[in-house]
Amino acid sequence: MGRIAVKVDDLTVAYNYKPVIWDIDLQIPEGVLMAVVGPNGAGKSTLIKAILGILKPIAGSVTIFGKPYKSQRKHVAYVPQKGSVDWDFPTTAFDVVLMGTYGDLGWIKRPGLKEKKRALEALEKVGMLSFKDRQISQLSGGQQQRVFLARALVQNASIYFMDEPFQGVDATTEVTIINILKELRKAGKTVIVVHHDLQTVPEYFDWVTFLNVKKIATGPVKDIFNDDNLTKTYGINYKVSVQK
Amino acid sequence: MGIIEYIELVFSDYTLRTITLGTAVLGAVTGMLGSFAVLRKQSLLGDAISHAALPGIALAFLFTGAKDSNVLLIGALISGLIGAFWIRGITTKTHLKADTALGLILSLFFGFGILLLTFIQKRPDANQAGLDKYLFGQAATLVESDVWLMAFVAGLCVLVLLFFWKEFKILLFDKDYAQTLGFNTKFIDALITSFIVLAIVLGLQTVGVILMSAMLLAPAAAARQWTNSLGVMVFLAAVFGASAGVFGTAISATQNNLSTGPVIVLVASVFVLFSFVFSPSRGLLFKRIRLIRNRNDLELQKTLTFMYHIVQDHEDISHPHAIKILNNFRGYSRKGLKKLIDKNYVKVEGEMWSLTEEGFLRASNLYNQNEKDD
Ligand SMILES: Nc1ncnc2c1ncn2[C@@H]1O[C@H](COP(=O)(O)OP(=O)(O)OP(=O)(O)O)[C@@H](O)[C@H]1O
Ligand SMILES: [Mg+2]
Repeated sequence: MGRIAVKVDDLTVAYNYKPVIWDIDLQIPEGVLMAVVGPNGAGKSTLIKAILGILKPIAGSVTIFGKPYKSQRKHVAYVPQKGSVDWDFPTTAFDVVLMGTYGDLGWIKRPGLKEKKRALEALEKVGMLSFKDRQISQLSGGQQQRVFLARALVQNASIYFMDEPFQGVDATTEVTIINILKELRKAGKTVIVVHHDLQTVPEYFDWVTFLNVKKIATGPVKDIFNDDNLTKTYGINYKVSVQK
Repeated sequence: MGIIEYIELVFSDYTLRTITLGTAVLGAVTGMLGSFAVLRKQSLLGDAISHAALPGIALAFLFTGAKDSNVLLIGALISGLIGAFWIRGITTKTHLKADTALGLILSLFFGFGILLLTFIQKRPDANQAGLDKYLFGQAATLVESDVWLMAFVAGLCVLVLLFFWKEFKILLFDKDYAQTLGFNTKFIDALITSFIVLAIVLGLQTVGVILMSAMLLAPAAAARQWTNSLGVMVFLAAVFGASAGVFGTAISATQNNLSTGPVIVLVASVFVLFSFVFSPSRGLLFKRIRLIRNRNDLELQKTLTFMYHIVQDHEDISHPHAIKILNNFRGYSRKGLKKLIDKNYVKVEGEMWSLTEEGFLRASNLYNQNEKDD
């Protein structure tokens, strides 16, 4: 593994006065499929939002492939937490996926045939092509999640940040999604996923970051995914016993 | 007065024509922009801005002594903008909720505005100022140049919407995501807020501070009920807003002593009420009907499956059974039985029922389907 895809130095973010993430240092190598784990309120979403420049940190810096995030936007795609948008918004699944092309288009230009084709391909990839004209409120939670994933796929980025893409999906959808993520890794992309199901971490991911306000540990799953780090992160005695 | 006569009057009477055109254009603009306020769940925004405009009107009069509505409107525009951007500042810099910030600015500016108005009222030139028309609106004071101004703003608004359509859409749906794509969300946000302020200020003379927010919300809320496409929603909201203007003016012109602004708002509210009840996909009425129909269908299916259970144990599927046994089944009713007979699924002779060939087939389908789902 060569380059560092994402480098985070001393990152501290506060909404009010109390920092919700403290002094985070991270180096994410290119080509890993990384889980970010930690209890509710640990600051996982906050960390991703700060890396993506949605939140302004009170200290610290972030570089993407060695350069500031601002100049590297095109390399980065984002799947927000599903609950962060209003699904009753008057639009269709296709239209939402099409938003993934807006970044390349820039200001004012409208999506054309090329963009629409890309959106359809992404919908197909996540198995949602037959739902393309559905109003988004009439999709199930798992289908909404797949629409969000398709929107990020359209961006054709090198680094993907995904906030709980497995939230509320059934077993079949979970397999669909994880296969897509593994495919991305195979294509040399870096994928960072906020993940809650500790049981599946060793099976799905090769890299992991433990976060609870501070960074507890980061590294290869086989080296650091153990009861010790889990206990430090979740505060209770954890026995996940890594399945080899 | 008949409808034809009224239409003729609109074309021949200068004042009526001006008011009709003015309220129609105003309704269209506020309808379009209102869609954005509604979708961002900023229903108080219109109220806050219109109230925030009041001190601007009073101050413009105090400083210039002008009665000219354009000068006063510039005052309104400035203080409306200050109010709107102050609200945004409060919500981003502090952690007050948006409605708290809106409420705060609304009462602060409105209180100050009323204070200035009472001060002006005590002056000798108070009567000529006619500032109270901005409180409740007075459509009769519209002149042709006002309508031109409104038309200009409407045209500009349509252009900006067409230009920045995709930016507006993504900002409304997912602001954070828009930002990660490199869009300056603050700029888009400021653009749309400025237009909302402009539309509200333009409507103050006609509808007044107090009712203005209804002009912003009502057409958009009504439009949302009829469509699942943002474009159609904005278009419908413009149509509803314009219609409210035209009909409201007509009603107030033909009924003596009804002031135009409130009537327009009432008409717009009727649109909302109608839409909330009768819209086919989101309306209460059809939701209710669908619910009842589904429930009835389900009861019938359950009854049929229950019968199938009983019949299954017999060689002859048309073997008659006593209606009394059905009473053991909770979903059973005489009415349901009658419906099953109408559908030719069940035959009844005396106090005995039997399944028909067709009913047996249907029931076994249902039954097997349920088995699979479990
Ligand atoms: N907009 C906000 N304003 C104030 N505090 C916030 C805001 N968003 C999050 N917080 C606080 O910051 C902390 C971290 O939140 P964050 O959403 O990053 O956690 P998370 O790890 O993603 O949790 P979850 O697993 O529940 O998604 C929490 O204590 C939360 O209460
Ligand atoms: Mg989160």
